[in-house]
Amino acid sequence: MSVERIKKILGHLPTHIVLIGLCAIWLIPAFGLLITSLRPFQNINTSGWWTVLAAPRGSEEYSQTCASCHGSDGKAIAWADHTDPEVVQQYPRSIKLLAMLKQDHKGQPHLGDIPMPEPQQAADIADYLKRISGIEVRPRFTLNNYVDALMGYRGRNNYVTDCATGEQALDLNCDTSDLLNPRGMGRAFLNSLLVAIPCTILPIILASFAGYAFSWIHFRSRVWLFALLVGLQIVPLQMTLIPISRLYAQLGLNGTFLGIWLFHTGFGLPYAIYLMRNFLGSLPRDLFESAYLDGASHWTAFWRLALPLSVPALASLGIFQFLWIWNDLLVALVFLGGQKPVLTYQISNMVSSLGAGWHLLTAAAFISMALPMIVFFSLQRYFVRGMLAGAVKG
Amino acid sequence: MATSDERVPKIMKQGRVVPWLYVAPALLIMTAIIMYPAINTFLLSFKNADGTLSAASACVPGEPCWGIFENFRYALTAPIMQSAFRNNLLWVILMVGGTVSMGLLIAVLAERVRYEALAKAIIFMPMAISFVGAGIIWKFVYAYGTGRVQIGLLNAIVTSLGGDTVSWLSQPAINNFSLIIVGVWMWTGFCMTILSAALKSVPDEILEAARVDGASEWRVFWKIMVPIIMPTIAVVVTTMVINVLKVFDIVYVMTGGNYGTEVIANRMYGEMYISHQSGRSAAIAVILILLTIPFMIWNVRRLREQEAIR
Repeated sequence: MSVERIKKILGHLPTHIVLIGLCAIWLIPAFGLLITSLRPFQNINTSGWWTVLAAPRGSEEYSQTCASCHGSDGKAIAWADHTDPEVVQQYPRSIKLLAMLKQDHKGQPHLGDIPMPEPQQAADIADYLKRISGIEVRPRFTLNNYVDALMGYRGRNNYVTDCATGEQALDLNCDTSDLLNPRGMGRAFLNSLLVAIPCTILPIILASFAGYAFSWIHFRSRVWLFALLVGLQIVPLQMTLIPISRLYAQLGLNGTFLGIWLFHTGFGLPYAIYLMRNFLGSLPRDLFESAYLDGASHWTAFWRLALPLSVPALASLGIFQFLWIWNDLLVALVFLGGQKPVLTYQISNMVSSLGAGWHLLTAAAFISMALPMIVFFSLQRYFVRGMLAGAVKG
Repeated sequence: MATSDERVPKIMKQGRVVPWLYVAPALLIMTAIIMYPAINTFLLSFKNADGTLSAASACVPGEPCWGIFENFRYALTAPIMQSAFRNNLLWVILMVGGTVSMGLLIAVLAERVRYEALAKAIIFMPMAISFVGAGIIWKFVYAYGTGRVQIGLLNAIVTSLGGDTVSWLSQPAINNFSLIIVGVWMWTGFCMTILSAALKSVPDEILEAARVDGASEWRVFWKIMVPIIMPTIAVVVTTMVINVLKVFDIVYVMTGGNYGTEVIANRMYGEMYISHQSGRSAAIAVILILLTIPFMIWNVRRLREQEAIR
């Protein structure tokens, strides 16, 4: 390798370090959440997610305090065999274990010259003993959190175990109908789809009609009308929430899908019309002229010519609109609330009502992110294009 | 606009009704969902809590009163609102500064490496998820344990370095910064993508000429790249200002506006749906739109100019 090349590589080194470091900072928080959502909940609250592949909790404390007499596998003393569930079951909690360690054993201090463990260490040792005796064996990774979150299970154990032993909560039936439990993410996922799909299709259809008229139909007032409709982009949706929720209250539309469909359609339109007119207006004029000369009506020209040609624009627009609605909290909070909980609502509700139920929160968060992530990685090009063009939207 | 009118072939006039069939559905919905309510909100901001009487009726004798502008007096002078304005200002300065400078840094660095597409995808990824999802991700990073074990990454780092645990989301001097970091994490990708596209349009000959003349990379960046992409930076900055002024979800999910983290949009929601003060809420909404409109107009003008140049 020549000196030149080494110099060049060294010169680039800071760039690589900074860039890879930034990428790591961007990824680590999300990665931590993913790992956590896959861990048994007992482990989540007792050790950081970064220790997931480390030695089981308490093994170090055990080898410091106990292994010299009991052996590293706990089997060295036959009558105090730590792999025997009968023996370990007498000391399931750290308090009992500590009390036992303080007692004299055959006239000698139980631990000899080894210092007495701290309460936290004792708890870890008790945990470890339960593990090696097979009383409580927990895998490193589990899908239980996802099942619990989907079904809306909120008990001390987990959905699968409780259903197997018949101790489930009253609102659970332990069959597929639980996917529709109003407290669960399964139902919320369905609701989010029921909101996002019509709210994506409706404005796109209406905007295509309007965009076609604004580019290829000659009528008076079209210039100022177009300017007015597109100008409505500057109205932030906060500006309209209050009158509309009053209007909806009178019409009985609060908490209905129809209400939120209309709202999102209205707010999707200014940008959608702007984009569709720009796209349709840039199509070659000869195309439409020859179609009309051949006797095509506006409907034929729109349906057979304009729409098929605008698929790329429709894709960008559709992805942007879909994700915008999927990720929206404010509008769903105001118009649907708890009556038809969507994913974002359900999660924000779990934050306030569950406190530190990280196993459910992390799994729920990932359920809500799954679809956007798939869309992002599979349709990145359209996604970025739509996102950039639409970012100014209210 | 006149030119686009000429583009439409004359044979395409098909009566007076047909065009309206195409435009009417969109027009109707937008009138009902945007135009009418926006005007209504404006009027409500001069009314009392339930919109039945003038705002002046809420005045208490002996206390300051702005008559029909009473809701605006509350929105501009109440202590909680002033704290919301201060916090929003902090958000605007730090989040816009943070996203734009980080976005520019990453855009410049990514151009020089082979894994440019991957690095950009990673930085852009948070744009795909919701503020709520991002809120959970970061709430976990900031998690604060009272015991020996810290499950939050940040406190684990702090304690392993020998420091004391910090309550990142409830300690008033820190929590606004903790929230703004989440915003920067989400929106840097947006700034990066736009700035990166602008950087790619800087002619290579100019950069090469400067390098041949012995200019350092630092000087090339500040004296050539930045001036050329300045119009784009300006558009990114104004777009971000508009977005940040309306920030709601992050605060709502992570602190609910407690512990001194209130912002304007969250206050607006709270006045309407928790305190049931529709007049005050409407006044806050009007102030919010008045704050954003100058940036909007400026932004649209800028985009028009750019299109005219092309």
